[in-house]
Amino acid sequence: MAMAASEIEALIKTALPDARITIEDLAGDGDHYAAAVVSETFRGKSRVQQHQIVFAALRGRMGGELHALALQTSAPD
Amino acid sequence: MSNPSFDRIQTEITENPVMLYMKGNAMFPQCGFSARVVQILTHMGVPFKTANVLEDAGLRDGIKSFSNWPTIPQLYVKGEFVGGCDIITEMFQSGELTTLLAEKGIPHEVTA
Repeated sequence: MAMAASEIEALIKTALPDARITIEDLAGDGDHYAAAVVSETFRGKSRVQQHQIVFAALRGRMGGELHALALQTSAPD
Repeated sequence: MSNPSFDRIQTEITENPVMLYMKGNAMFPQCGFSARVVQILTHMGVPFKTANVLEDAGLRDGIKSFSNWPTIPQLYVKGEFVGGCDIITEMFQSGELTTLLAEKGIPHEVTA
């Protein structure tokens, strides 16, 4: 069920090579993460669109084996 | 658009200005993320209707396809998908949720 933080990061990096990613394992159980993702791809997009890009990068794992990923997305300042 | 739950969803989000798809109901949320969105809407005095995806597997899968969004809860305002728990929390904290509700003509208490 659980997923390693490094695996989450790798999947996001593949889809968004420029992304700066910070992942925090909230409960220490490999199942509840918080991720902050900063990428130029997000510029001019709504929050919903930004999150959908990350979900697409995670290729269906979100909502499945990855139960809880609190997500914060933004474009670089 | 062959998913049988899509008609139900389209009707619900059209008829209810604030529609929340969640686990459990407003009185007894069955997931912390759903509970948080209920708490925010209640705190803001927003009238809303809920649908419990745990009671209907078709709805649970249907709403995910409908919104292209893999998780529950999901909030719709005036037929438009606003987001899940993280986005609603962020918009509440930044004041954007108040702005959105005002723009859409949804009654709510103005909080500082």
